[in-house]
Amino acid sequence: MSSFLDRLLNREPKSAEQAKERLKLVLIHDRTDLTPSEMAALKDELIAVISRHIEIDPTAVKIEMSHEGREQRLIADIPLRPIRRRRVY
Amino acid sequence: MTAKVITITSGKGGVGKTTATANIGVALAATGKKVVCIDGDIGLRNLDVVMGLENRIVYDLVDVVEGRCRLRQALIRDKRLPELYLIPAAQTRDKSAVSPTDMIRLADDLRPDFDLILIDSPAGIERGFRNAIAPANQVIVITNPEVSAVRDADRIIGMIEAEEKGPARLIINRIKPKMVQRGDMLSVNDVLELLAIDLIGLVPDDDDVVSSTNRGSPVAMDGKNKAGQAFRDIARRLSGEQVPFPNLEEESGIFARLARWIRREEE
Repeated sequence: MSSFLDRLLNREPKSAEQAKERLKLVLIHDRTDLTPSEMAALKDELIAVISRHIEIDPTAVKIEMSHEGREQRLIADIPLRPIRRRRVY
Repeated sequence: MTAKVITITSGKGGVGKTTATANIGVALAATGKKVVCIDGDIGLRNLDVVMGLENRIVYDLVDVVEGRCRLRQALIRDKRLPELYLIPAAQTRDKSAVSPTDMIRLADDLRPDFDLILIDSPAGIERGFRNAIAPANQVIVITNPEVSAVRDADRIIGMIEAEEKGPARLIINRIKPKMVQRGDMLSVNDVLELLAIDLIGLVPDDDDVVSSTNRGSPVAMDGKNKAGQAFRDIARRLSGEQVPFPNLEEESGIFARLARWIRREEE
């Protein structure tokens, strides 16, 4: 997120801004102890389990960490496949 | 009296734990509170030199714990402030010489005779840190507005919560207002947003901290100094007073103000 002034003068974002953005990402991983590959494994397993019960679109599944204050939350967005209606004559 | 135990910790080394402990101790004692500062950094003691009491050590923390002396014999009284005491760390031993249970017992023995017990934690997340927070009623985390210090502070805040010693309160030390104005140092709000804990002190970077430490006379003893004032404010907040935080990041120049105004318009 570069500011209007930065863009106007075509300069790099301020170092403090970079520090903040980098820290945001680092702290999410530090707090959860979950590496990106473990996250990917979690996602695959979730897809497998849910698919057994309901039809979903595995490519559209999104899993991410969000945080509010010091509270961490795992958010999964799992779009369902439209149910194919049986034709009734 | 039943003393409140306050532990000052940081995760990362070199951010100002010992200086903060000495100065908060001085500031509290100057308001008439009876205070003892305990150096928890066994093997790397420094609180004694920062407080200027290094020549008066006879017994130390490990001597007390191992029963070589009575508690009273290890208490060094600061002659400049009659209500201020120090229990130094042992220099020839390591962190394993003391256990969290020892620290709890020590604090319990001191509690009836003091208003406040300040413990200077060593850096790191191991035994020394666990010893230091074991008897704490309140933990203060100190950090600098730098990536490594903020990251380590976040980790230590998580550990304090896990040990059920939270919520910790934050001191941001060595703020350089000019660098913050230039956008080259994390601002107070940036750090608070990242760490999401309550603030208890903002200390500006100040050359006088180095020179006063050289002399062994904590900067909070100097009534005019800015960093000293920041530590006196922290002491008052610890005593339950509402003290407003000074704005250390006030932009002075016309261009700086203009730039800030344009940035605000954008939001």
